[in-house]
Amino acid sequence: MANNNGKESLQTKLEKNIFAMYLFMALAVSLAGIVQIVPLFTNPETIKDEVTLADGSTQSLLWQRAEDQSLSDWKAGDGVRPNTPLEVAGRDIYQREGCYLCHSQMIRPFRDEKERYGHFSLAVESVYDHPFQWGSKRTGPDLARVGGKYSDEWHILHLRHPQALVPESVMPKYKFLENAMVDGEEIATHMSGLRKVGVPYTDADIASAEKAVAGKTEMDAMVAYLQTLGTMIKFENGVTYRE
Amino acid sequence: MNLTEKYDLGVVKWFTIMASVYLVVGTLLGVYIASELAFPFLNDLGTDLPYFQFGRLRPLHTNAVIFAFGGSALMATAFYIVQRTNQVRLWSNKMAWFTFWSWNTVILLAVITLPLGLTQSKEYAELEWPIDILITLSWASYLYNFVMTIHVRDRNKVPHVYVANWFFMGMMVMVTYLHVVNNLSIPVDWFKSYSIFSGVQDAMIQWWWGHNAVGFFLTAGFLGMMYYFVPKQAERPVYSYRLSVIHFWALMFGYVWLGAHHLQYTALPDWAGSLGATISLAMIIPSWGGALNGILTLSGAWDRLREDYILRFLIMSLAFYAMATFEGPVMAAKNVNALSHYTDWTIGHVHAGALGWNIMVAAGAMYHMIERIYNVRMNQKLMATHFWVHTIGTVTYIVAMWVSGIMQGLMWRAYDEYGTLAYTFAESVSAMHPYYVMRATGGVLVLIGAIIMLINIVSTIRRSESVQTANA
Repeated sequence: MANNNGKESLQTKLEKNIFAMYLFMALAVSLAGIVQIVPLFTNPETIKDEVTLADGSTQSLLWQRAEDQSLSDWKAGDGVRPNTPLEVAGRDIYQREGCYLCHSQMIRPFRDEKERYGHFSLAVESVYDHPFQWGSKRTGPDLARVGGKYSDEWHILHLRHPQALVPESVMPKYKFLENAMVDGEEIATHMSGLRKVGVPYTDADIASAEKAVAGKTEMDAMVAYLQTLGTMIKFENGVTYRE
Repeated sequence: MNLTEKYDLGVVKWFTIMASVYLVVGTLLGVYIASELAFPFLNDLGTDLPYFQFGRLRPLHTNAVIFAFGGSALMATAFYIVQRTNQVRLWSNKMAWFTFWSWNTVILLAVITLPLGLTQSKEYAELEWPIDILITLSWASYLYNFVMTIHVRDRNKVPHVYVANWFFMGMMVMVTYLHVVNNLSIPVDWFKSYSIFSGVQDAMIQWWWGHNAVGFFLTAGFLGMMYYFVPKQAERPVYSYRLSVIHFWALMFGYVWLGAHHLQYTALPDWAGSLGATISLAMIIPSWGGALNGILTLSGAWDRLREDYILRFLIMSLAFYAMATFEGPVMAAKNVNALSHYTDWTIGHVHAGALGWNIMVAAGAMYHMIERIYNVRMNQKLMATHFWVHTIGTVTYIVAMWVSGIMQGLMWRAYDEYGTLAYTFAESVSAMHPYYVMRATGGVLVLIGAIIMLINIVSTIRRSESVQTANA
């Protein structure tokens, strides 16, 4: 449509030239990504991996692993580490069964969530999570810190038949996990894949996979994964974990 | 010369038929998983098999309604509108058929792989990497054919490209970006891959994708339908050209920021979430501008609503669009989000859009196209029944989810007089039961409506084609 002064407006030109319009559209939809997403990769503040303790010393929230240490040398509270082979298998199953559709793994900094689930989640806690499992819906409770809350036996009974322990539950039964064995070769391949996307596994970690999962069922893997959730950082009072 | 000789409409017809088939399939899956939440025994039906469990079928439901139904409806209408408004045949009819077969292959593969648990576990982007590559090819052929058809129009006859085309093209451009970036991953075998992103960045990219699958696939594209079929069915020009220009560019620029409002109060840096929430609030202006632009197209011809059911579908869809685009910004506001996030309210909001806006505007468009292609009037009784069953079903669904969502949010944060949490999580689950039953009931009504539409469309086509063959 022509302007009052007779000159063609930009809009008019775009309406006549579809390729120019294409270009302007591509530009318009790119801006947000550049401003909102790119800084998350470039700004080191996005994932805070160090905190200052009460005595003034700094502590890394990531496990500082010595060269000769294996994954099993990690102790609870040492900081965020890559999953063990059995936990990788458990996490694969967690993805496969769509657990993330009903359970979040992201505790928000509210009083009720702290009392119900524990300390709010930190970005650094999912730094090795490819893809993230924060979830978007709580048909069931949050699982970000479920690790250590219940015994292994409880988890097995619950996964077999959730309603036997929680009558109100609408969760499906996962008894079939007991009948499937974890494939060690497959887990080793998966760990090499994870290493390619940035999870710091050593050759020794990957080589250990087959032995680590030998004779384990999918149920064992699932429980191992659940029991590790949220246990990697030991939270202390008086420390600022998020500005 | 009738339309079928002047334009390439075979592919339009088949995408329309497939869209109505997939709507039945998608809503059937929806009813089933909704029933699983109300009656958990449906997850296994006494077997020890995982294939019918909620976690396996929910991705199939969302993929079926968004990409199978929504995608087919978008492809049918885009190929129809681009020919009609540019008064030219498709640049390549063959390529359109490639789009048709590749898109349907994607859907078939989804039906096979998702119940088997082969998934990337990113919402609405569950399909594994080989299928993602096929989607990219199919989508590129759709985009290229669309742009080239506009390009080869006769510029003397059609100097300006009509607004409906902009919306479709904007959707195609953005969805290409989103699909490619969000699915970047390293394959470990044919059926499994790991996202190259992790944690907080992966979350942001996923919801950049997640919200814009809604904002572009389900909004911009369907607004393209609105801008063509509402004026056509009402036989009046669109209310305001200027408003549609503003609507379009504000939507292109604005929607892309909103993904971060899905991650408020999470480990995503606060500035990103607040930015998303602020622009979400501002988006109410172009959204309502667009809705009014459509509704006011009818000014002076409101009486048409009395007997024209196609127009009723179209106008009702705009009412739901206005409702959902008001609700969205409200839910993005931080203090509301603190309550609504993680609850059924989100599910209700999505269905206000999907059932109220998308299905209704697409149904209006599909009925309109079949009537024009075959130059017939479809069965009005069936259409009227569809309209009422669908409207009642949608309202039932949304109301159930409002109540259950807000109730969940309130129960989770409630304290008793001793200062301890008033309810266990399990108590909140059992309190949802009546609303889950109500939601499933609403879903059944929507499913019945979808079946009625399928019957009406298929029988009209069969009747018209047999008449044509007899006349030939």
